[in-house]
Amino acid sequence: MTHPDTDPRHGPHGPAKVLHLNWPLILLLTAVAAAGFLMLYSVAGGTLDRWAEPQMERFALGLAVMFCVAMVPIGVWRGLSTPAYLVSVALLVGVEVAGTTGMGAQRWIDLGIVRLQPSELTKITLAMVLAAYYHWLDPRKVSRPLWVIPPLILIAIPTALVLDQPDLGTALLLVMGGGVVMFVAGVSWWYFGAVAAGAAALVSAVFSSRGTPWQLLKDYQYRRIDTFLDPASDPLGAGYHITQSKIALGSGGWTGRGFMQGTQSRLNFLPEKHTDFIFTTLAEEFGFVGGVSLLAAYMGIVVFCLVSAVRNRNRFGALLTVGVGTTFFLFFAVNMAMVMGLAPVVGVPLPLVSYGGSAMLVLMAAFGLVQSAHIHRPRTR
Amino acid sequence: MKRPPTDPEAQASRIPRRALVLGLGQMGVAGLLGWRMRQMQVEQAEEFRLLAEENRINMRLIAPGRGLIFDRNGIPLAENAQNYRIVIVREEAGDVDAALDKLRRLIFVDAAEMERARREISRRSSFVPVTITDQRSWEDVAKVAINAPALPGITPDVGLTRNYPLGQDYAHVVGYVGPVSDYDLGRMEDDDPLLQIPKFQIGKTGVEQKYEQSLRGKAGSRQIEVNAAGRVMRELGRDPGVPGTDLQLTVESRLQNFVEARLALGLSASAVVMDVNNGDLLAVGNAPSFDPNKFVRGISVADYGELTGNKYRPLGNKAVQGAYPPGSTFKMMVTLAALEAGLLSPSETIYCGGYQRLGNRRFHCWKRGGHGHVNLEKSLQQSCDVFYYELAQRVGIDRIARTARQFGHGQRFDLPMSAVTAGVMPDRAWIRETYDQSWRVGDSLNASIGQGYVLSSPLQLAVMTARIASGRRVMPRLVRAAGGMEIDIEGGEALEIEPRHLDLVRQGMFAVSNSNRGTAYRSRIDNAGLRMAGKTGTSQVRSTVVDNAEVPWEERDHALFVGYAPYEAPRYAVSVVVEHGGGGSSAAAPVARDLMLFALHGQLPPLDNYPAGERAEVEEMFAGLDLRDDFRPTRIGRSRA
Repeated sequence: MTHPDTDPRHGPHGPAKVLHLNWPLILLLTAVAAAGFLMLYSVAGGTLDRWAEPQMERFALGLAVMFCVAMVPIGVWRGLSTPAYLVSVALLVGVEVAGTTGMGAQRWIDLGIVRLQPSELTKITLAMVLAAYYHWLDPRKVSRPLWVIPPLILIAIPTALVLDQPDLGTALLLVMGGGVVMFVAGVSWWYFGAVAAGAAALVSAVFSSRGTPWQLLKDYQYRRIDTFLDPASDPLGAGYHITQSKIALGSGGWTGRGFMQGTQSRLNFLPEKHTDFIFTTLAEEFGFVGGVSLLAAYMGIVVFCLVSAVRNRNRFGALLTVGVGTTFFLFFAVNMAMVMGLAPVVGVPLPLVSYGGSAMLVLMAAFGLVQSAHIHRPRTR
Repeated sequence: MKRPPTDPEAQASRIPRRALVLGLGQMGVAGLLGWRMRQMQVEQAEEFRLLAEENRINMRLIAPGRGLIFDRNGIPLAENAQNYRIVIVREEAGDVDAALDKLRRLIFVDAAEMERARREISRRSSFVPVTITDQRSWEDVAKVAINAPALPGITPDVGLTRNYPLGQDYAHVVGYVGPVSDYDLGRMEDDDPLLQIPKFQIGKTGVEQKYEQSLRGKAGSRQIEVNAAGRVMRELGRDPGVPGTDLQLTVESRLQNFVEARLALGLSASAVVMDVNNGDLLAVGNAPSFDPNKFVRGISVADYGELTGNKYRPLGNKAVQGAYPPGSTFKMMVTLAALEAGLLSPSETIYCGGYQRLGNRRFHCWKRGGHGHVNLEKSLQQSCDVFYYELAQRVGIDRIARTARQFGHGQRFDLPMSAVTAGVMPDRAWIRETYDQSWRVGDSLNASIGQGYVLSSPLQLAVMTARIASGRRVMPRLVRAAGGMEIDIEGGEALEIEPRHLDLVRQGMFAVSNSNRGTAYRSRIDNAGLRMAGKTGTSQVRSTVVDNAEVPWEERDHALFVGYAPYEAPRYAVSVVVEHGGGGSSAAAPVARDLMLFALHGQLPPLDNYPAGERAEVEEMFAGLDLRDDFRPTRIGRSRA
């Protein structure tokens, strides 16, 4: 179907597009990434070349990728949504077959230059394919049961594959991210009520299955949930991380101990101090003020995405922007909740701050899509 | 769940509405996170601070014992000694300056050491123990321990430090360790947490560096609970780590000690003694040498300046790093190339009139008057240059190079010593790539007497000699066993050279040392069972012939000698290069004979192995040697201190 208001001829052309980029958003992304460089420098004991420098190089590469993605008209990306989704699902199947094992779970495909984590990619391609689906679908039909089934299948396939890896954190992010796109697309409240009820049932099933032959989660995942519910039960084993993380974070106080002065995070109690637990170091060294500032910067990015989506009358662009913004939101919210003891340890990095190449590049590419939707939004004269 | 269809306008407005709901939800979550942060960091901050101070569960690394290094008889070459240190923890000391002043009133601490410690203290986090001074006596440690209440934050501590009991004998082969530097950290792709320990010792040169990974071992850790004063309350768990692997080298310490002492009589020299049958390097000597123990704690600027400023280059392992024109020691290669190509017959003579004319250039023989008619044996015995100028023209550089490479020239041997050189074995392809020139016949003439582009290390010359003696592709070996596991002997297959051609060359080398017109006759071994075959070499450093007595040291010729013995049943090959020492027969051959005799006898050789006329002189020389007598054989794999 054609929308009279998606005609791109009214939008900016060629190099003029650069002026129409959402520059405040870029500034915020850079600020958050810079906080990451600072913390990576600090946890490496004051050396650049261990983590901070490679991270800077990746961010620079990420910015370039973002600009390139942004320059391509959003319609092209819509056309690519389905192939991109299929490729990412194929890659997920690929890691099942050929992936090398990192940290005990099959998650990587080694491409030589970078180790690609297909589950990262899927978070974005799922948002793309759902947005394209609702762009194509007549808005009056969104809540009809027959038309609710395809997106559910689209979400279920990668989720099942990711769960099989097993990566519970990413599986939850996929479900929540996909659900939010459906929600914003206008699917009736009733469905979400039903899903909530179903989830409650599932949770009880997960717990009651424990110890039985048809146990639904891996033992270590149960232990993480136990630890989450009562970290003190095992202070040297699985609860060690979360107890130490809370002590470090809490001892930061109002303004923190000062840059490079954190004691707790420097005692090497966290093996992932430069990845999943990096927020601990930031909160210890810069305190409440630092932690809230980072949170505010993150929320700024999310709000920019929402505002951009609301003002965009191209359904694909708007839904995709919401999807990317939400995925980003879920990343940092789950990570922060995790290190503050509000959520179980599920292995979700702090976006743009944690050390890691493939997550950073995928996120920057996703913001490229947001920028593309922003530049190429329909303009009325 | 049927709903009445709504009109499209209402549907379209759903995005902003739902997005608003979403935004509010996300704001709510963010608010929750912020509230939690406030709760933990503001309201409960004191509580967590207390937890942090009072009950720190942390991991302390346990440095594993570094692997020991032994010689072939189990004599320790590198061992770990107890090192008493005084350390300070800044946050426990409170006023660091006051504490350090108190310490200085108690024991003597060098001003430079104190300055270094102060810098280190300010750089490190406040809870990291920093070494103020180390290598202390037991009395100092006792004084500090008794006065502990008056010295807050200062405690004595004991660690292990590297010690080289044989000092300068193995400075170049074993190398040394030193404290890990920021430069090392940046250069190494190594995230071993041990490297984060201040002053952790890692191998800097030689075997210590090349075998760093196996010698270092794996870090252990202790999980401990410490209280506010930093006192260890209890140990929760311990992983002892894995100690480093012990190494046994092929070297023989008495011989090595003799080699070093004998070479030290000259100014700058190096030598290699090697087993011709299995390739074991028995001694790799360099003079002058230095004391590697000075590097272990970080050498002083003055000492280091003295070593780097010395024109005889004490830091260099010249035996494997030095690339010298091999001079006449290269003539065996040309002979073999010519024999193999069928361009020389054993009885054929070539006339030497003192020079060879090429175009309008004259290539001189070292003997201005000429050697007359020269055959193969005489050409080696008297080292006639013109004979080789003629062979070079017949055979060509490519065939010479192919033969020489079979004997190790131009090849970098994979030995765990620093900067082992490949030397240069030029041929037509090489000169095109390197200088973008074409090879000229004159270059071949120069190469045929081991001058011009040809460069070889003493190690390569020893390998060449061992291969001539054994007729097999002997590979040099420095490490005999690692962690008690014998390391395989490589090579040993027969060379692709006619055995009778090798015999002709061996006969020529025998004549060099044992017939009275041979260039090394004066340095013969006077014991029928142990006679040596060899070849002298004198290689020019400048392009014109000079009188060595009249020019400064840097411009004098290098003196070389290669040889093996006993002639009938070869056991050892030796090569000696005396830098700018003058003639090979006068400066290098006598040294080589001494090393060979010591290797054959396993101790100072009896004087009757020397020609009668020289015994008095040799006896006097032996008496003047600075030999050590305190070798402490140990069983390999003994328990560590």
